[in-house]
Amino acid sequence: MTLFVQQLINGLSLGGIYALIALGYTMVYGIIELINFAHGDVYTLGTFFSLAILTLLGVTGIVSGPMLIVVVAVAILGAMLLCGLTGVIIERLAYRRLRNAPKLAPLITAIGMSFILENLMQYWKGPSPIPFPQVIPNPSFAVGAVTVEAKQIMVILLAVVLMMVLQTFVRYSRLGKAMRATAQDKDAAQLMGIDINTTIALTFLIGSALAGAAGFVSGVYYGSTWFFNGFAAGLKAFTAAVLGGIGNIAGAMLGGFLIGLIEAMTTQFIGDQWSNVVVFSVLVLVLIFRPSGLLGESLPNKV
Amino acid sequence: MALLEVTNLVARYGRITALSDVSLTVDEGEVVTLIGANGAGKTTTLRTISGLMRPASGTIRFDGRDITRVAPNEIVRAGIGHSPEGRRVFPRMTVRENLELGAYTRRAKDEIAADIERVLTIFPRLRERYAQKAGTMSGGEQQMLAIGRALMSRPRLLLLDEPSLGLSPKLVQTIFEVIRDISARGTTILLIEQNARQALAVASRGYVLEVGRIAHQGAAADLTASEVVRAAYLGGGA
Repeated sequence: MTLFVQQLINGLSLGGIYALIALGYTMVYGIIELINFAHGDVYTLGTFFSLAILTLLGVTGIVSGPMLIVVVAVAILGAMLLCGLTGVIIERLAYRRLRNAPKLAPLITAIGMSFILENLMQYWKGPSPIPFPQVIPNPSFAVGAVTVEAKQIMVILLAVVLMMVLQTFVRYSRLGKAMRATAQDKDAAQLMGIDINTTIALTFLIGSALAGAAGFVSGVYYGSTWFFNGFAAGLKAFTAAVLGGIGNIAGAMLGGFLIGLIEAMTTQFIGDQWSNVVVFSVLVLVLIFRPSGLLGESLPNKV
Repeated sequence: MALLEVTNLVARYGRITALSDVSLTVDEGEVVTLIGANGAGKTTTLRTISGLMRPASGTIRFDGRDITRVAPNEIVRAGIGHSPEGRRVFPRMTVRENLELGAYTRRAKDEIAADIERVLTIFPRLRERYAQKAGTMSGGEQQMLAIGRALMSRPRLLLLDEPSLGLSPKLVQTIFEVIRDISARGTTILLIEQNARQALAVASRGYVLEVGRIAHQGAAADLTASEVVRAAYLGGGA
């Protein structure tokens, strides 16, 4: 039982990172039906940007006191901004021209974009894992026999808070409504006066910024990063988005946490080497019985 | 000066020419109808006017301004509302959200609320369905929403693409009454209809489109009386 609860907490914090990345996949898919394979690499770029900002600030280890808040805020917001801009540039350069091309063209382009980013990052930081400073003091709390670390709480809280902010923005703000309208019908959205280029760019900005936030927390959480970080994480986050119902924000969050939990539980109770097998088996099973994902809507577009 | 002036419009889908030569005008306050068989280019004409489709050549002037290659979201701001073919309401949004999006170009909240109220008065059915997702509504209800939504931008010119398609005869009557009502309140209308008889009854003038070009044009009454038009579009010589 103790082990179970312990893995529950580990799984949720792992899942928080997947969830943040999954939001970007689901938003981009929702609006232009593109599986943005470069998104996992934008997340890796988030760890690199965070690292660069920390280096600029002269942070190499744990920061304490009020400076901690400043450092964390600057690093997260900086990584979000830089990743957000990267996402916008990628969309502008690589995807926009292909918006009316057959679906396969942007998909292959996205895979190409992924390779480009990976190679650029390898050129930047080399092929080996790079240590990432701990930054936050990490006291752990013993709850019975279970240990909860401060950084685990940080990951979970950040993921939940950002998702709620995003959900509120998409549901109630003018631009959020424009995003949903564009996702549902681009022609009709334009007839409402919505500039769909701006709206799609905004979607990339937000999704990529969330990957930037995930980049910072994962750097702190794992204590290292490397250029190929985003491949596996991106694939799992994409799985999370599909599991939750692609295009659905709450679904991406749910999927992220579920995948984190499944991975943690499998590692504990079945064996590390089985975690991917179990994760993807669950995906296949869910899709057989609920093709639109756990929270996906299957409302017909045409009546 | 005409409010809308379309001159020698040519439009193509790939290698297929959809419009080979379309010229038409709509004056302020008029109801003009564009009739013709399926595939004649009626919808393409409207889509080109509202900017969803780029013409190969020709010009479109609205209120004296050349809007031929202006983006659709700017054309709405210029004052053209378009209720498109197939209704195209946002299926996963409520009636309310659809109407609010119709007013996307406007900022004054109280005026928008007043206009929503006006649309709900025109279509009481939409009031009953106000919080319902548009995709779960019947075709007729979606049609009302599509027209109401197009009105929310307060257009000077309203483009209506087959508003009566697939509706029950009773609902068709309602829609045509609404068109008269909208016109009476001062909105200029360009109406596409398969139901040519009804369309010519509400319109002051009409154009007959045949395979991408204007074949006939004239006062609605003259077109209704014309032998050629009667035979082809009004169900025989009766």
